[in-house]
Amino acid sequence: MRVPLDWLREYAEVPAGATGVQVAADLVRVGLEEEGLHGGDIQGPLVVGRVLEMTPEKQKNGKTINWCQVDVGQANGTGEPQGIVCGAHNFAPGDLVVVILPGGVLPGNFEISARKTYGHVSAGMICSSLELGLGDDHDGIIVLTDWLGAGAEGLVPGQDAIPLLGLDRETVEVNVTPDRGYCFSIRGIAREYSHSTGAAYRDPALVRVVDGAENPLTAPGATQDGFAVELRDGSPLNGTPGCDRFVTRIVRGLDPQAPTPAWMVTRLTEAGMRPISLAVDVSNYVMLALGQPTHAYDLAKVDGPIVVRRARAGEKLTTLDDVERALDPEDLLITDGGETLLGIAGVMGGASSEVSDTTTDVLIEAAHFDPRTVARSARRHRLSTEASKRFERGVDPELAPQAAQLMVELMTELGGGTADPAVTDEGAVAPREAIGIEVSLPTRYVGVDYSPQRVREVLEEIGCRVTEASAGILSVLPPSWRPDLLTGPDLVEEVARIDGYDKIPSVVPTAPGGRGLSHAQRARRTVAAALAGQGLHEVLTYPFVGESRFADLGLGEEDQRRHAVRLANPLSDEAPLMRTELLQTLPDALRRNLARGAKDVALFEIDTVTLPDLSRRAPVPGVGVRPDDAVLEEIRAAVPHQPLHVAIVATGQADRSGWWGQGRATDVTDVVGWAHAVCDALGVAVERRQAEREPFHPGRCVELSLPDGTIIGWAGELHPKVVTALGVPERTAAAELDLDVLFTASDRRAQGAPLSNHPPAGSDIALTVSRSTSFRDLEASVRAGAGPLLESVRLFDVYRGDQIGEDQQSLAFHLVFRAPDRTLTTEEVNAARDAAVARAAKDHGAVQR
Amino acid sequence: MSGPNTNYDPVEVTALDPAMVEQDVTDALAAIKAAVSLDELKAARIAHAGEKSPLALANREIGALPPSAKAEAGKRVGQARGRVNQALAARQTELEAERDERILVEEAMDLTLRADRRPFGRRHPITLTAERMADVMVGMGWEIAEGPGVEAEWFNFDALNFDKDHPARQMQDTFFVDPADAGVVLRTHTSPVQARALLERGAPLYVAVPGKTFRTDELDATHTPVFHQMEGLAIDEGLTMAHLKGTLDRLASELFGEGLTTRLRPAYFPFTEPSAEMDFQCFVCRGEDSACRTCGGTGWIEWGGCGMVNHNVLRACGVDPERYQGFAFGMGVERSLMFRNNLADMREMIEGDVRFNAQFGMEI
Repeated sequence: MRVPLDWLREYAEVPAGATGVQVAADLVRVGLEEEGLHGGDIQGPLVVGRVLEMTPEKQKNGKTINWCQVDVGQANGTGEPQGIVCGAHNFAPGDLVVVILPGGVLPGNFEISARKTYGHVSAGMICSSLELGLGDDHDGIIVLTDWLGAGAEGLVPGQDAIPLLGLDRETVEVNVTPDRGYCFSIRGIAREYSHSTGAAYRDPALVRVVDGAENPLTAPGATQDGFAVELRDGSPLNGTPGCDRFVTRIVRGLDPQAPTPAWMVTRLTEAGMRPISLAVDVSNYVMLALGQPTHAYDLAKVDGPIVVRRARAGEKLTTLDDVERALDPEDLLITDGGETLLGIAGVMGGASSEVSDTTTDVLIEAAHFDPRTVARSARRHRLSTEASKRFERGVDPELAPQAAQLMVELMTELGGGTADPAVTDEGAVAPREAIGIEVSLPTRYVGVDYSPQRVREVLEEIGCRVTEASAGILSVLPPSWRPDLLTGPDLVEEVARIDGYDKIPSVVPTAPGGRGLSHAQRARRTVAAALAGQGLHEVLTYPFVGESRFADLGLGEEDQRRHAVRLANPLSDEAPLMRTELLQTLPDALRRNLARGAKDVALFEIDTVTLPDLSRRAPVPGVGVRPDDAVLEEIRAAVPHQPLHVAIVATGQADRSGWWGQGRATDVTDVVGWAHAVCDALGVAVERRQAEREPFHPGRCVELSLPDGTIIGWAGELHPKVVTALGVPERTAAAELDLDVLFTASDRRAQGAPLSNHPPAGSDIALTVSRSTSFRDLEASVRAGAGPLLESVRLFDVYRGDQIGEDQQSLAFHLVFRAPDRTLTTEEVNAARDAAVARAAKDHGAVQR
Repeated sequence: MSGPNTNYDPVEVTALDPAMVEQDVTDALAAIKAAVSLDELKAARIAHAGEKSPLALANREIGALPPSAKAEAGKRVGQARGRVNQALAARQTELEAERDERILVEEAMDLTLRADRRPFGRRHPITLTAERMADVMVGMGWEIAEGPGVEAEWFNFDALNFDKDHPARQMQDTFFVDPADAGVVLRTHTSPVQARALLERGAPLYVAVPGKTFRTDELDATHTPVFHQMEGLAIDEGLTMAHLKGTLDRLASELFGEGLTTRLRPAYFPFTEPSAEMDFQCFVCRGEDSACRTCGGTGWIEWGGCGMVNHNVLRACGVDPERYQGFAFGMGVERSLMFRNNLADMREMIEGDVRFNAQFGMEI
């Protein structure tokens, strides 16, 4: 909401010297946040000057400048003419112009000083309208006789030009929160300003100031012969009638060519509205002044009676914006005789009854509509208008006759018509119910010791009628313009706000003492720290993905990971799905780093993925009531499963080259190692199995699982096709693990065992097996055969070559044995080693070399 | 080894022959003198003073001598070994001194060169900031709760008193899951976890909720469609706005600087009443500099929204508003990070550029 200060001053006693900044600060205190300040950013001296001499001088660059002597009276302190260089040519000696002298500041914080230019010292500037923020014309300077017309008579050189040009006019723009619909008016803002500062307030719905005199704004009561209006709402929403008040007035004999006066154009423009025609401008002016949207119909185009009803299925209406709209049975309509549609109530009028430049008689509508009805229509038709914005937030139901009266007065005064004595005021506004509130509630809620007197005083100040219902209980009837005040806490906020939020003390509450972070919360930090310690960088990618990415990753048509949650309104149609794995989006960050010149990049991301069950819908029961357990369960069950994952992607060098020697490229073993590091960091034992899974190389992928078979995830090298499709370097390796699985497995107390202090005994074996035998399986046999004395086994060499068969491989293990209670003898060690070899031979046909 | 022999003549045992012993000593001293490194000296020690050296072997023969001859032979060999050991010790000292003077100097390496074969990685500053904020709350005795990013519409709105027709619900720029009437959205704030936590755990309850949130904003320097918030919810008997202010002051002070406070301004949120916008005091100028670039000269920096939990929220979560009351607040993690760590452009936070991470350590 834009608030021209001059307009605000009409309704509230704003101190004479108050600036926009000060007014904005006063409004912030009561909850109207500043959105911007407009105007008032010129600092003088900006004065009227008379051009005494101008000498054109041709310059080397082809331009001709004028070297001028300008009379600025005593404004320069000497009374001598001021020498100024001016590039414009649209003036002549004798003209009155606007001069900014050194020391002045133009919009954009442009400070003016005397400076040397084109061979002269130019002591100031003759201003154009663009430079002063008054228009778009930069070619010429302002010649005051043209600019002000008759207003330029009697001007004296040296006179302050700031008020003359309205440059002292300031507009404060504030954000109006959805509960304070009444602040979408100067009336409401002025009232809040008065609450904040204590300044006197004049309600423009009751009093009109004309030429400095206060006149009561008195609306005549309804008459028998008013324009016929029928309120026929057959299906109110939530039991609230769509329209509970409809006031009409008629003005005849308007001059259709009558212009909107300059003062009104200025105010409308400053408030952010475009002047259109007198009838429309007056309607907008009244809405901005009071907060009541009104509508002016061309009386010649309306037969009557006006019937307000819900739309019928299939009805259509072309609104003022020339869009034909299919209506919904919930839309409330203003109709002519029930059949001709005039508009969607509280949202927008129709094109057919619009006032035109030949309209002389108008029918004025000022009505009160149900906020819910208007909100739904505005949303349904994507038509947020100045009227709907106000109605959906709640308009003061007492305003309609006053707004109509103000409209009549302004129209007849400015357009020359006369008002019919006939007045319609149809409908009945339901009376407000008083709110019972314990007088101690504000203190109990806010923590400030408000006296009962203070509570009463504040509530009365904002317009409530307060009576004492019983000892300590107040009965509070909120004012008509505050539909948002419904409960005790609503009134508490008013007390706290008007008394001042700055008076609330600061007290740290004593929580009962928590359990600290959960296992999963700590574990997540551990995993992230472990990976960062290994040289990986944590990144956060957007979770949005498109189907083409599934194809890039080689996911088959039946792959479950293609079944992704789809957004109804995605940011981009290219990425309307929620990722089902982090590896669907993480490569984007890899590519971005590479595009920016990085070569050795290892990234990880920890976030949830979304695994949908698309069959369910979540019920949406309303506000303020706990749904029963069955409904709650249905709501929870419709939320897709979102397990926490970690994903890794890496390329370039794992060990860098440098002055110390050659580095080593990242390969799949690094990523498998990092995946293991995650499990090791959490103390979870892991099983490995050679696996085939997209998007990995079919021969270079390992599946990690818990000993009970629960899959943790996969690590491997990306498939060459995936590498190409994603545009990442060859041999890029990746992994994705389900952290929920790991966190559950690690959420246990690990049990320690005593350490043996007896010496270890080592023994090496080399086993020749088929190449199809996996290291993991052979190791398992060795472990099983070696028995309980085996402490560790480590593969230290893999040989494939001439000395053994073509389809053979030789795997060399270093075994370490240790007993808890004695030093092992050579015989014991040899027996255990031989048992390990024998088991390998039995299970895999292994032969010791 | 020989047994005692009463007829034994020491002179006739070759190893104990005085000339032989003297020759051993001479050989030993020559070898010690010839050693030019500690390793060579070590070899000389083993050869001439070790267990298998001629003098050690000679010493062993003494035991086989008749008692009358033992004393003389023992004295001779003992003196010889003493001379050798003395020479060893002296040469050891000399060589060590030489090593200290020359070898260690020769072995010097320039360790201003870093061998960063595998540079350390980093965690993301947003996550670190969220964790730091959470830790302040844990320090106050609160717990950390979490909830899903893809959330039921009821939890995101209705449970929080956002009526379906209320303008506030339209202002949230919500991503809807398809079909749009599925009743599922991407949560627009971390507040649905308020309702989840209250329904699951009831009152009293003190929880903070860091997490990812979504709104249909286009990415620019100060907006991102995917961002992070931290929510706080305290429900107990007798909690007031003063407790809210105290909690925010503590959080601001821990994050932005000792003694910094917050300011509340009246505002509107459907799930709180009374409601407030909160600002924290500018940590650069503390309101002392009208030209301050950090706060724009106002002395305050907008941080988030807060208020006393609306009765309708408590009711929707099965909590009796006549007995329990409390407060809630929410602030942006990105915004907190921007101000704490002097970052001007939010885009850098979400691009995943490792150079962004590398500016910070693992604690932020």
